[in-house]
Amino acid sequence: MTPPHTQVMTGTAPPVSALSPLARLFESRHFLGLLFMLPAGVLLLLFLTYPLGLGVFLGFTDAKVGRPGEWIGTENYEFLVTDSVFRLSVWNTFLYTGIASVAKFGLGLWLALLLNEHIPFKAYIRAIVLLPFIVPTVLSAIAFWWIYDAQFGIVSWMFQRLGLIHNYIDFLGQPNLARMSVIIANVWRGVPFIAISLLAGLQTISPSLYEAAAIDGATSFQKFWNVTLPMLSPIIAVVMTFSVLFTFTDFQLIWVLTRGGPINATHLMATLSFQRAIPGGALGEGAAIATAMIPFLLAAILFSYFGLQRRRWQQGTKD
Amino acid sequence: MKDTEQTAGMAYLVSLPRKVVTVYVPLAVFLIVLLFPFYWMAVTSVKPNAELLSTEGNPFWVSHPTFEHFSKLLFHTAYPSWMWNTILISVVSTFGSLAASVFAAYAIERLRFQGSRQAGMAIFLAYLIPPSILFIPLATMVFKFGIFDSKLALMLTYPTFLIPFCTWLLMGYFRTIPFELEECALIDGATRWQILIKIVLPLAVPGLISAGIFAFTLSWNEFIYALTFISSSENKTVPVGVITELVEGDVYHWGALMAGALLGSLPVAVMYSFFVEYYVAGMTGAVKE
Repeated sequence: MTPPHTQVMTGTAPPVSALSPLARLFESRHFLGLLFMLPAGVLLLLFLTYPLGLGVFLGFTDAKVGRPGEWIGTENYEFLVTDSVFRLSVWNTFLYTGIASVAKFGLGLWLALLLNEHIPFKAYIRAIVLLPFIVPTVLSAIAFWWIYDAQFGIVSWMFQRLGLIHNYIDFLGQPNLARMSVIIANVWRGVPFIAISLLAGLQTISPSLYEAAAIDGATSFQKFWNVTLPMLSPIIAVVMTFSVLFTFTDFQLIWVLTRGGPINATHLMATLSFQRAIPGGALGEGAAIATAMIPFLLAAILFSYFGLQRRRWQQGTKD
Repeated sequence: MKDTEQTAGMAYLVSLPRKVVTVYVPLAVFLIVLLFPFYWMAVTSVKPNAELLSTEGNPFWVSHPTFEHFSKLLFHTAYPSWMWNTILISVVSTFGSLAASVFAAYAIERLRFQGSRQAGMAIFLAYLIPPSILFIPLATMVFKFGIFDSKLALMLTYPTFLIPFCTWLLMGYFRTIPFELEECALIDGATRWQILIKIVLPLAVPGLISAGIFAFTLSWNEFIYALTFISSSENKTVPVGVITELVEGDVYHWGALMAGALLGSLPVAVMYSFFVEYYVAGMTGAVKE
């Protein structure tokens, strides 16, 4: 969309001769634009762009806590490729992101469809649904820690009362159980975000489309498949990109629940990077692990970018 | 409400028993699962230790509620100062980011200076950079600047994820304010500064609230920077303090931990309950471009 104001603005500016040079400078869009960008720009360049580059650089050094470190080329990466813990963490990250994202999408879409129905107290239910997303992850993770507890966990208690098991389950003590447990906690926290975002998308779909489909004799599954999903696909692309991105780089939940254990079974790249760099002191190696996440993030961002492009194309506007 | 009328259109075609099975039952299950951890937090926080560690009786209820965990938390740990730190850091970084974002968003969206499109794109990309790839280089910088283990370190680094988010949100909001209003003011001889302060900002108040609420909860939620940059107990934030100081060795004080988690969640939950609509608008606005 071309903003119509560009021409108007130059046309309505006060006569140039009436202004002092300084005032003229302050009426210039380009100068004022840069001036207004200054606070945000300086802060982001200093604390976001620079550290991003510094992180990549540190990945090529043997920096330790309290020691600047020397350039060692790709030695960190050569070591990491042979490091079984790092390889396990990459595998874990993909497993965690894959399973959690699919589950979050499925359950989130279902919840969004439920909330889109004509139900009483809709506004309140919608507000309550979002609570897990509001509450600090670390604090809700502590609740999950207690729920999963090996001696007094409530889930084990319920299973035992139902006669399903005899001994309490050590949810966070066995590799595959621990993986499942952290994924469940992540899904619990992520579903509300996806559901509420998709609900906003659902509410923009015109009911006349459903009426037309009903007149054509569509079943409810056909309505969902041929009307709801195509209309929702642009927002699904964006929401899922965000979700995948933040699941892939998750740190808080794992750190509280398992700290990467048992036997590194739940170490993600982010937690391994923290563990090696901060308690372990190997800043260079930690930075290398963090840098190794960037290609995957870029892939997700490109996916999002093309998702947005398609959306513009669908709406028939050029920009 | 508008959407009630819309969905009511064909809703009469669905019979009640069918709706109970397809809508109400699944929805109830969702709500129970989503809310159970909070209930469990609350019940545990008022249970005396004897009840916590016994397998007898009904664990879902508490027969002798006690506030000993809360009093232990408030009077025998540094919890009140963590709370104060979290409030201070969240408020300062939220307002700072909001101020910087208003100018940036107005410049990108309305001044359309040369390179504003690229700046908008850069803001979006900055929003997608997660803290977990920045904390190591930031830690070395924080150390070099001599602000390691200070609240200032967090106040300066939190805007790195708050400014991109707020700017992105406000850009979308400014786009909905008609150009004509600004043009009228320009004709009347207003400067850009006057237009921003007297016309755009008053109209953008809902957007500012959305961005502010969201930014506040994001900074309240932050963990990895606070864990990395803060080492002394009196400077910690609630999430970091609870997880590093209340867990002593192998004995977990579940009552105190749950009380800490509950109290730490309360401020954001209360604020959220007052501004639900703004919060939802902020969240959906951010993903809708």
